[in-house]
Amino acid sequence: MAVFILRRLMQAVLVVLAMACLVFFGVYLVGDPVWMFVSPDMNQADIAAVTASLGLDRPIWEQFARFLWSALQGDLGRSFVFGEPALKLILSRMPATLELATAALVMAIVLGIPLGLYAGLNPERAGSRTIMAGSIVGFSLPNFWVGIMLIMVFAVILGWLPSTGRGETATYFGITSSLFTLDGLRHIILPAFNLALTKIALVIRLTRAGTMEAIHQDYIKFARAKGLSQRRIVLVHLLKNIMIPIITVIGLEFGTLVAFAVVTETVFAWPGMGKLLIEAIQRLDRPVIVAYLMIIVLLFVVINLLVDICYSLLDPRVRLGEVSR
Amino acid sequence: MSRHRMPSRHRAALVAATAIAGFGLAAAAQAETLTIGLAAEATSMDPHFHNLTPNNQIAQHIFDNLINQDEAQRLVPALATEWAPIDDLTWEFKLREGVAFHDGTPFSADDIVCTFERAPNVPNSPSGYGTYIRGKTVEKVDDYTIHIKTENPYPLMATDVSTIPIISAAHCDATTEDYNSGAATFGTGPYKFVQYTPGDRIVLERNDDYWGDIPEFEEVVLRPITSDPSRVAALLAGDVDMINIVPTADLETLESRSEVALHTGVSNRVIYMHIDHWREQSPHLTAKDGSAIDNPLRDQRVRLAISKAIDREAIRDRVMEGQSIPAGQLLPEGFFGVSPNLEAEAYDPDGAKALLAEAGYPDGFRMVAHGPNDRYTNDARILEAIAQMLTRVGIETSIDTMTNSVFFSRASSGAEGEPEFSFILVGWGAGSGEASSPLRSLLATHDPDAGMGASNRGRYSNPEMDAILMEALGTVDDARRDQLLAEATELAIGDLGIIPIHYQVNTWATRAGLTYVPRTDEWTLAMTVTGE
Amino acid sequence: MSTAELPGAEPAADAAVPLQPQAETPFGRFVQAYVESPLAVFAFVLLVLIVGAAIAAPWLAPQNPYDLAQVSVMDSRLPPGAVSMDGYTFWLGTDGAGRDLWSAILYGLRISLTVGALSGMAALLIGMVVGLFAAYVGGRTENVLMRVVDLQLSIPAVLIALILLAVLGKGLDKIIIALIVAQWAYYARTVRSSALVERRKEYVEAAICLGLSRGRIIFRHILPNCLAPLIVVGTVQTASAIALEATLSFLGVGLPPTEPSLGLLIANGFNYMLSGRYWIAFFPGIALLLTICAINLVGDRLRDVLNPRLAR
Repeated sequence: MAVFILRRLMQAVLVVLAMACLVFFGVYLVGDPVWMFVSPDMNQADIAAVTASLGLDRPIWEQFARFLWSALQGDLGRSFVFGEPALKLILSRMPATLELATAALVMAIVLGIPLGLYAGLNPERAGSRTIMAGSIVGFSLPNFWVGIMLIMVFAVILGWLPSTGRGETATYFGITSSLFTLDGLRHIILPAFNLALTKIALVIRLTRAGTMEAIHQDYIKFARAKGLSQRRIVLVHLLKNIMIPIITVIGLEFGTLVAFAVVTETVFAWPGMGKLLIEAIQRLDRPVIVAYLMIIVLLFVVINLLVDICYSLLDPRVRLGEVSR
Repeated sequence: MSRHRMPSRHRAALVAATAIAGFGLAAAAQAETLTIGLAAEATSMDPHFHNLTPNNQIAQHIFDNLINQDEAQRLVPALATEWAPIDDLTWEFKLREGVAFHDGTPFSADDIVCTFERAPNVPNSPSGYGTYIRGKTVEKVDDYTIHIKTENPYPLMATDVSTIPIISAAHCDATTEDYNSGAATFGTGPYKFVQYTPGDRIVLERNDDYWGDIPEFEEVVLRPITSDPSRVAALLAGDVDMINIVPTADLETLESRSEVALHTGVSNRVIYMHIDHWREQSPHLTAKDGSAIDNPLRDQRVRLAISKAIDREAIRDRVMEGQSIPAGQLLPEGFFGVSPNLEAEAYDPDGAKALLAEAGYPDGFRMVAHGPNDRYTNDARILEAIAQMLTRVGIETSIDTMTNSVFFSRASSGAEGEPEFSFILVGWGAGSGEASSPLRSLLATHDPDAGMGASNRGRYSNPEMDAILMEALGTVDDARRDQLLAEATELAIGDLGIIPIHYQVNTWATRAGLTYVPRTDEWTLAMTVTGE
Repeated sequence: MSTAELPGAEPAADAAVPLQPQAETPFGRFVQAYVESPLAVFAFVLLVLIVGAAIAAPWLAPQNPYDLAQVSVMDSRLPPGAVSMDGYTFWLGTDGAGRDLWSAILYGLRISLTVGALSGMAALLIGMVVGLFAAYVGGRTENVLMRVVDLQLSIPAVLIALILLAVLGKGLDKIIIALIVAQWAYYARTVRSSALVERRKEYVEAAICLGLSRGRIIFRHILPNCLAPLIVVGTVQTASAIALEATLSFLGVGLPPTEPSLGLLIANGFNYMLSGRYWIAFFPGIALLLTICAINLVGDRLRDVLNPRLAR
């Protein structure tokens, strides 16, 4: 197992390096960030001074070499815009995004599995058809459009929930999160639901498909024959068997949630790292873009690794090292 | 640290209730929180890190300048009570006595000396204060008198000084991080720093020992809400008490709502077209069949035709929803150095066609207009409207808009280090509040070493205008300088060095019952928000 | 392993068993199975109509919304049913630049569908070649290729496209490139897993015994049998590409504003959502919703029909 994990991490480092390289040169080609920052009445000498102080006067190869050298020492550079280390900026925004993604994930499971079970067990009922049609719409609606609609309905018209922003935070067990306060929970409902929407649809479909497949399998037929109650069959036998693939997929979807948070954070003014990335892209803040990418790739690799390990623990038939089906 | 956990409107109700109950709170000491939703986020709490509107407006809450600018950018005494030139090369500033920084240290001349040392030299600063400080030497005469010397007569001394926030000498060595954490964020301003959570909020607390007018609100929360509809929704939902940069699309709805009040004022920002004056053949100009032609924009008649073809009132009504004033020069009337003789060019498509024919382009030509799409109010749509209008008089115009980082990089120095475009939409906000700023940057002959024409992306050059401008820049006498600047403006606009489109009008929205005095510099300042 | 974000990308490998021809041709049987669901038939008809409208846009639209001489800012923000200065009626109203929304939607559909189809097809081709190659060659090459695929699949498509566009800039060609890069891996994995199943089958062994060339075996024998899951993934990916383009345009990294796709029309209309001018975002939104729903429903049905394990 150790060898497997080590090999995975080595591969991740390679990918991170390749990505960093691509983005570093790519952003360099897009435009000169100096023009974003300097005030227009500055003269040439001032502009040159700014360019030099940000290190942008050097040849791109030298800039890249410097970047690599300090990256090896754990320094991913300073944001041009904020003047703070890019790593620190991103890490300080990360909890907000992770808490949003977690809340969305929980919503997807809590809403998706019961609805999917219902649709799978009663495929011909009108309710199931409505659920399935709803899940297609859930996939098809643009995220940002749904976001502003949610704000419109629940914050502006009904006044039930706050429109934007993150609520009060509290710290327990060394974790600072807005999930621990009532105000924080009120603030997270709308953005989390917005983010969860496509995942709810996904979980519904996975659960439905799993249920429909499992229901014809021998162990369910056997359980029926034994005279177990429908309730017990569904909750114990069926659910236990369809949970493994669902959990796996959901685990992997956590990464997508973190990525799509970019949209939700923009609409809901949520102070997470997705919003930081969008703003960095707009301002050509190269150190932040590169650092974000490196961190997120690492994050995904770790998530995948954890999912694979969990999977192998849950299902002894799967041997690590040949995870991809 | 007193953090209020109640949403502000509940708190307002509570305050009203206690007042009725007979506790009788003084108006100036309301225990109220003001929450403001801002369209752009400050990038730092360090007042000298980045000379940029979102940063400057936050700094203005916590720090004072020697001289402050009021809502119309007139200079008003702040940490300096009096200032005047004592000879051609020396200005004397008398400093306010009895002022203390938020950490208790008294304010004196040493703080000015320290500020002038630190402000232009902040490490990693993307755009600092060097422009305003270079060439000036500060001398401490006594604790409450300083002299600032220059090598040449310098009439804009007071204006330059009014841009620089004064920090405490006790924190002269503080880093940008120290300011962001609050360890060094002590100014003399009307509000004290409480909390800065990037992306989320800035919390300020009233400075009850402020030397000037004590602001009405005890606590201020500034929240960045960059998405336009979300910002408006936050106001409508009562989550914020005030927003800046109300999108023009929502003005009509907000006006009809009784729970919202709008506060509208003209800004110092002119939106204009910059024109390629110097290339014999310009890259984005061709004949209608696509063949190369000599740059038609070098002909004054063609430029005038373009100006006449633009229906500025239609842009105001249909694109800006009333939020602009058709422009005929660089700054709206009322500003220093503005000419009384210049009007916005009237819409005259037939005159435009006639001029084009006279200049030898009866069938017009083909042109690509460029502009940013996320910099000025409705920028891409203004450009689109202008392209429509030009196309109608025969100048077949297509547009290419891009995000402002890319746009300004290419518009200033494209592939060959020269401005890349032929015809661009840009804006200019005169931070100094007078006409020398746009004249010097946009229209003076491009001369990087002298710092003239730094943003002259059309390379317009008129030696006569340059001479008048230089004279104005060396004239300390205000009346004479005012007249010279107006003359220079008339010359440059007469040549159509640039084609002004409109002055941007800005709107702030508050919940009903609050009042805000709109500022020409577009800043949003909590201390000037008042209740009924 | 990392199953995709949309329906239908679920275990596609299972879908590879070819349909057994019985009385009629496989295609006839397929059609028969497909039309069993009225909703799916409706979706298919709708999709045909939408694609037809997009292709015929220049003849159906009263205005060319990309020709600035035909668009006037004086007509901006008119409500549905208003009449222009030139005398024709804007049945769906106009947007902020004065474009007739009906025309803009038709032309926008063209762009959205072009983006979806072109990027989908190119990604399919690349993915197919990589997947087949990997499955057939096996060994180290397969391992390396599939690690690359897996790693890319672990990074969400939206992020890949976002970063790529930050690097490439704006434009139709660029967004298509970004979407190709973001999508090819899905196809590669699908093809490879079906090809793996096929490779072990007897007919392939028979072909090898006959001494047929590799290329012939891959393209003439294995590929046709992998098509079913590819079609399913293809429809779903096309829908997701269209949606992704809309999202990217909203984030300001997609297309230039003068030639809006459906997504960009909605993103522009987004600014009018609170202003009571619902039509600017509403009608393009409906058009996008219908398009994506239709594609997804068709894809859904295709999967049900082509996947015998779900058939009861």
